[in-house]
Amino acid sequence: MSISRGAPKRPFSSMTSRARLARWALSGPPLTFLAIFFLIPTLIMALASFGWPGREGGFSPLWYHDAAGWHFDFTLGNYRDIFTLRLFLVLYLRSLGYALATTGFCLVGAYPLSLVIARARVGYRNLLLLLVIVPFWSNFLIRIYAWMIILGPQAALSRGINAVLGLCGIRAVNLLFSPFAVMMGLVYVSLPFMILPLYANLEKHDPALLEAARDLGASAWSCFWRVTFPLSVPGVIAGATLVFVPALGAFAVPDILGGTRGIMIGNVIEMEFLQARDWPFGAALSIILTILALGATGIAAWAARRGIKAYG
Amino acid sequence: MARRAALYAAALVAYAFLYVPLVIVVLFSFSASHLGTRWAGFTLHWYRVLLHDAAMLHAAWNSVIIALAASLAATVFGTLAALATRKYRLRFLPVLVLAPLSTPDILQGVSLLVFFVLLNVTLGLKSVMLAHISFCIAYVAIVVSSRLAGMDPSLVEAARDLGASPWKGFWLITLPLLAPGIMAGGLLAFTMSIDDFVITFFTAGAGTTTLPLRIYTMIKVAVTPEVNAVSTLLMASTLVLVLSISKLAPQALKGMG
Repeated sequence: MSISRGAPKRPFSSMTSRARLARWALSGPPLTFLAIFFLIPTLIMALASFGWPGREGGFSPLWYHDAAGWHFDFTLGNYRDIFTLRLFLVLYLRSLGYALATTGFCLVGAYPLSLVIARARVGYRNLLLLLVIVPFWSNFLIRIYAWMIILGPQAALSRGINAVLGLCGIRAVNLLFSPFAVMMGLVYVSLPFMILPLYANLEKHDPALLEAARDLGASAWSCFWRVTFPLSVPGVIAGATLVFVPALGAFAVPDILGGTRGIMIGNVIEMEFLQARDWPFGAALSIILTILALGATGIAAWAARRGIKAYG
Repeated sequence: MARRAALYAAALVAYAFLYVPLVIVVLFSFSASHLGTRWAGFTLHWYRVLLHDAAMLHAAWNSVIIALAASLAATVFGTLAALATRKYRLRFLPVLVLAPLSTPDILQGVSLLVFFVLLNVTLGLKSVMLAHISFCIAYVAIVVSSRLAGMDPSLVEAARDLGASPWKGFWLITLPLLAPGIMAGGLLAFTMSIDDFVITFFTAGAGTTTLPLRIYTMIKVAVTPEVNAVSTLLMASTLVLVLSISKLAPQALKGMG
């Protein structure tokens, strides 16, 4: 997913004023809009994370002016609290765990499907791909709600499992409102994010490479591990990033399927903003979440570069 | 051969995993039971309930208005961004355009909430529209860019050589060639907007509901198969949208999540 770059940039000074005007007419509106409604709000969050909560929610001012001059009222307290209270560290670790596990399950689940689509006859490929895209674009909440039905205590799955557990003399379990339900929901909503980039990569592989490997006596297994998989690493990395980042910041899935046992950092951020109304603390929590997400994206970009070097 | 069979079986399982939950949702929309999770004979009752649920219809109306406004604005901004990036090889603009896709939804939601509250903007339809435009621009820009990348620059050059002004070249050559990409981008933005829950949840305020917010309330408070009925109708409309996008810009579906 990148925006293609075209003609080489002309030196600014040599541009006529008309060309400059055209340039601003094109890039100005989206630039201004996103600066106001994306960049500035994000920067406000970053600043606010160093502030104190206001008396009735919101923020207390970061700086003010009175007879004695300017006062700056910054604090590192929000970050100190996050790193010293075990509760929040545990929540971050748990969210990281969920996101990692989701990425792993999605990789295992998506790989065979992507491979089958990529190796299908050209006429079928678009249909098979469309079959992945349709559920992906169905409403996000509906896809989570579906798991509420499947895992609900009245549903066949729960009753079946509990009947078996009952025979073994084990107490009945509640599948819904559990970490298990959160895992299922996360994998379900994330799976297409892994399938699509993997497919895009696998589709480009030259079948001659596999034929050559087979002619040289490689088994199907070593063909896969020594030809297909190494070549697909960029696709795996792209998919992993697309799965990991949203899963890390998930809010709706744990909120609907997790109950109190399946809470993630996204839910705590929501509570800080809408219930506890400690905005600076919520801001600090979201800034750390964003740093973790950016870190993961950075690691992925680094791994992709290394992967290209290694198998280049 | 056994390996190939195993591969197909694994792919089949993955497809089943994708579809079984949705099929269950659709199936239970026709169930006579009050619980969304038990089957008790066929009925269209929940669709009738849906038709008379004023709150739900109002929420759906809000969703459509927001999605129309947001996708129109995002189509203009996103197309401009794609054209500018291609023509002037900008550095900062593409980063800013794509950044919302790689920041967690929840951060965008809460930061816009804070932003609107600090500016004393009343939360409601307008704040949701503005929020939706900001994350929809990226989708339009990606689709239009992929269309631009596949376009033959010699066509515009030929028009210019034949004496067309830059504006005429754009109006008569670039824009018509780009039109399917712009349409597809707009439809994608519409889908993303009408589907959005998290960012809407934070920017809608107390008085405004959209379809996803209404569904959320029903799921959290009192689930009836009415949720299944509205879900089924939504899925049917998504299907129509996806099919039209795949007709307009087959390439757009591949590169896109």
